[in-house]
Amino acid sequence: MKEFICIVCPRGCKIRVNEQGEMEGYGCKRGITYVQNEMTNPKRMLTSTVKIKSKIVNRLPIITSSEINKDDIFRVMEEINKVKVEAPIYIHDVIIKNVLGLGVDIIATRTIRE
Amino acid sequence: MKTNYDLVVIGGGSAGLAAAISAYDHGIKDILLLEAEAHLGGILLQCIHNGFGLHEFKEQLTGPEYAERFANQLIERKIEYKTDTLVLEIKEDKTVIYSNKEDGLVEVKAQAIILATGCLERTRGAINTPGDRPSGVITAGLAQKYLNIDGYLVGKRVFILGSGDIGLIMARRMTLEGAKVLGVAEIMPYSNGLNRNIVQCLHDFNIPLYLSHTVTNIIGKDKLEKVVIAKVDENFNPIKGTEKEFQVDTLLLSVGLIPLNGLLDKVNVPTHPRTRGALVSQNLETMKEGIFSCGNVLHVHDLVDFVTKEGRKAGYGAATYLKGKMHKKGRRIITRNKSGVSYVVPYYIDVENILDNLVELNFRVTKPFEKTRLIVKLDDKEIKNIFKLHMLPSEMESVLIEKEILMNSNAKEITLEIKEG
Repeated sequence: MKEFICIVCPRGCKIRVNEQGEMEGYGCKRGITYVQNEMTNPKRMLTSTVKIKSKIVNRLPIITSSEINKDDIFRVMEEINKVKVEAPIYIHDVIIKNVLGLGVDIIATRTIRE
Repeated sequence: MKTNYDLVVIGGGSAGLAAAISAYDHGIKDILLLEAEAHLGGILLQCIHNGFGLHEFKEQLTGPEYAERFANQLIERKIEYKTDTLVLEIKEDKTVIYSNKEDGLVEVKAQAIILATGCLERTRGAINTPGDRPSGVITAGLAQKYLNIDGYLVGKRVFILGSGDIGLIMARRMTLEGAKVLGVAEIMPYSNGLNRNIVQCLHDFNIPLYLSHTVTNIIGKDKLEKVVIAKVDENFNPIKGTEKEFQVDTLLLSVGLIPLNGLLDKVNVPTHPRTRGALVSQNLETMKEGIFSCGNVLHVHDLVDFVTKEGRKAGYGAATYLKGKMHKKGRRIITRNKSGVSYVVPYYIDVENILDNLVELNFRVTKPFEKTRLIVKLDDKEIKNIFKLHMLPSEMESVLIEKEILMNSNAKEITLEIKEG
């Protein structure tokens, strides 16, 4: 038996799934889809920061260009933490291209001019 | 140096930016915006996670991206702003005293003021946590600033008190940066954070959430060594024998936010006992004509999109006032919260000055509700009876009232309550 909290709407249904894949506790169909995705292929956006040489801040915020597999989060964090950039950086500049060959870029989420 | 402005906006975060932009777009060009920090954007700059802007832009942005969009809109309009500038005082005649390195101490005279100074985190003192007073006990938002702006991780083994969103976000953030988060304790029997944060910040990383638990001891001579938590009964008193100990170097507090309202002290503007924000009309005008308040300094919001919306409303209200288009104050309908509703903003409806066809009332519920009805009454007359599938204290609710109904009524009060069953 596995339990999920559905995050599609504020209601937050607790949905339980048994070994046969049968679900209970969902308030609507969207909950079923949510749990199916979470069971088979959970994906997340990852946000963090990288070091930046700048007059004004020490860290540049970044995000993955699309969702990555939940299991890849810590491997991608390691790559992010190897990087150091220098100002100027503009919002949505690519900081790491195709990180770990996952087909996802790491992009800046803030403009830091100097 | 220019010392006279139509409008001075205090605060360059999401509320202040939206207010200044909206006032400009409603025809007020002579604006000065003052920001205490080095950059426009406010707290959004340290909120590097995504999920902002779903209502405003129908997409998920990170905090810095959301902030930059509005900062750019301000700059495109060539609205004057000063950063690293602290406002020290507002006087009753709408004089604003500020100081910064370039200008020194300056007095400017405003015709209208919008207060958008945001809020502060409650600290250990506010919740009377027993125990030693070592270093390592720190508010979650401050730890977030150290990590995301300055690049310092404040600890390696962490416990978090309070399940507000900042605490949950920091549980994930510190885990990603290599810290071990041992758990989150919440004194209420339900979380105060959004469900998506419970799932994506705690469950994803197997961080336990201890509901109906609080910290009962903090131990450590100079540095924090351990925290003790215990289960609480229905009166929030710790239950003996339920204690658990955690060896940690950091205790993060995410135990609520308080509007940063000190600037209103000298203006004699009454504040709301529950929200601690100013008492305002639906146009977000305080009890002092021409002084407006919006965003987290008015009441603490859960979504920045709603802060932006409120900022715009204040900008519109201030612009209407400045153009001399506000009517003399007449009849007021006071808002009241009854069972199930913990507060309503605005505090009153200024009936002579309803600027749109609908008046929005924002409110929060006292506890989680399922399948209930929201009842709105003008004095004793029921005007709305709305089915609500579910409502949570952590999510702000709103209801729209038609201008016509308000104009055609002689009521003195408008009451919101939740009826179960």
